[in-house]
Amino acid sequence: MRIGDFKESYAADEAVFSTSTSRFWLGMLFVLLAIFPFMAGEYLLYMANITGIAIVAALGLNIMTGAAGQISLGHAAFVGIGAYTSAILSNRFGLPFLLCLPLAGLAAAFFGVLVGAPSMRMKGLYLCITTLAAQVIFEFFFVHWESMTGGIRGLNIAAPSLFGFDIGSEFGFYWVTLVVVIIAATVSRNLFRTRVGRAFIAIRDRDISAELMGINLFRYKLYAFATSSFLAGIAGCLWVNHLKSITPEHFPLHESIRFLAMIIVGGLGNILGAIFGAIFMTLIPEVLQTILKFFEEIYPQAMSFLFPLQTVVFGFLIVIFLVFEPHGLAEMWVRVKSHFRLWPFKH
Amino acid sequence: MAILKVNNLHLSFGGLQVLHDVSFTVNSGEIYAIIGPNGAGKTSILNCLGGFYHQQKGSINFAGSDISHLTPDRRAALGLARTFQNIALFRGMTVLDNIKLGSHAHLKTGLLGAALYWGRAHREEMALREEIENKIIDFLEIEHIRKQPVATLAYGLQKRVELARALAMQPKILLMDEPVAGMNAEETEDMVRFILDIQEERDLTIIIIEHDMRMIMDISDRIMVLNFGQKIAEGNPQEVQQHPEVLKAYLGEKRGHN
Repeated sequence: MRIGDFKESYAADEAVFSTSTSRFWLGMLFVLLAIFPFMAGEYLLYMANITGIAIVAALGLNIMTGAAGQISLGHAAFVGIGAYTSAILSNRFGLPFLLCLPLAGLAAAFFGVLVGAPSMRMKGLYLCITTLAAQVIFEFFFVHWESMTGGIRGLNIAAPSLFGFDIGSEFGFYWVTLVVVIIAATVSRNLFRTRVGRAFIAIRDRDISAELMGINLFRYKLYAFATSSFLAGIAGCLWVNHLKSITPEHFPLHESIRFLAMIIVGGLGNILGAIFGAIFMTLIPEVLQTILKFFEEIYPQAMSFLFPLQTVVFGFLIVIFLVFEPHGLAEMWVRVKSHFRLWPFKH
Repeated sequence: MAILKVNNLHLSFGGLQVLHDVSFTVNSGEIYAIIGPNGAGKTSILNCLGGFYHQQKGSINFAGSDISHLTPDRRAALGLARTFQNIALFRGMTVLDNIKLGSHAHLKTGLLGAALYWGRAHREEMALREEIENKIIDFLEIEHIRKQPVATLAYGLQKRVELARALAMQPKILLMDEPVAGMNAEETEDMVRFILDIQEERDLTIIIIEHDMRMIMDISDRIMVLNFGQKIAEGNPQEVQQHPEVLKAYLGEKRGHN
């Protein structure tokens, strides 16, 4: 319950977690996340890791598409660039994981800016097609630049280590993912507390009046492309160090669309939404799979019918969410929270 | 002292002549009104001043330097602020964020500073909040809505928030496109009071377009009348009201007798 919420300074009013109640629950969340790996088995840790990686990538796309309104159909390609950069740097130059991480981000950001350059003259769906072209071109490079990327066989890398600790196991990698997710979420949130994030949203809402307000449209669109693909590159680096191998098949167009679906289901332009969306899109298929396995034991002969049904149910769930919660999971969260604000003393 | 000099402005879109040889000078600290029938080219003049349209001929001189070739964001940084005829607020943001956005050109936080939100970026945001609260939100009496998304506000309040955002740009000249269009008498009175207060307290020059003639005649220092892209009259309210060309444009020509 939240009562007596009075602010005495503008700094207190501008704080992200501005009440002791929200700080308490945030603390509880961290405690839970810290206990989790000691309770969970290998499979749950694996799920947690791939969810974390998806969250980082979705946070990136959320900056460009959700906040700045530049639709991208090439996000998976930038994740791929980060993954390949990291794999090549560690295989060829023996660079440690901690160095590969920012370098993978920077490499992806560099190509993000290149792809974003046409945004000077194009916007909306036209720019969207440019990103689609980028997706296809980068995929082509992943497959055909065999001397670097290993072609369709891909690359394998050794188990990474950090400060002498082996982080190749699911348990070890969980901590890396957790820290990166927390940093990525914090950085995302921080952007929107300053003029940079405000400029992104202004460009999305009304680009012409944004320019008349003194925002250099081209520069800020490139900023959006750069930060978004930087986070994608980071996610890619995590990806390859988690799976320890990559092939071009990991970063197809439908993966890009899956990232878009994450931020739409979660709530466009909302950081919490990107997180919820990434969790939803990663976990729900697995949950459905588990339910399916349960049925398999009872009716083994029904599998041929139930197996395709899994995809149908997943699609149906997405549609239901969009119909009943058009502003995404984040909006649902806000409603649940405001319900409990005065609980149990609701009038 | 002249703060804005516009010389021989020509603007056309293909075969459509929008502005034809329009020249005028705006003195520092005055309220300068542009009036004229629909389609006379009033808003086009503001669009030329803001840099959204590019005139084919003519020059715009602001505070002693030629700004004809600057991009809109550069002109905004120099001190040209604008409110729009059809409200152009950022609908996805709160009132506070919309106003803060007006200060964009005067802030320094870069991408990296923003990501870290540490040190200067944090101090800058806090100073900005303080300044906006004291100088703008208090002044325009919008404390009660500062955390609301602008899309939910009533029309009159949205217009006021737009004015607030323009003030946050720390302008030298405020360009207002129909600030009281569609408002009821009370909202109009409020807006007029704010405009007069702004001019008086902040030493601002205001260029205003409006169809509400009673208001224009009350508050303007000088008025320019446009018709079909041409300047047909200029002067103080009394002069303009009696100008034969103006009467012709607004009321039509007299027949032979009477």
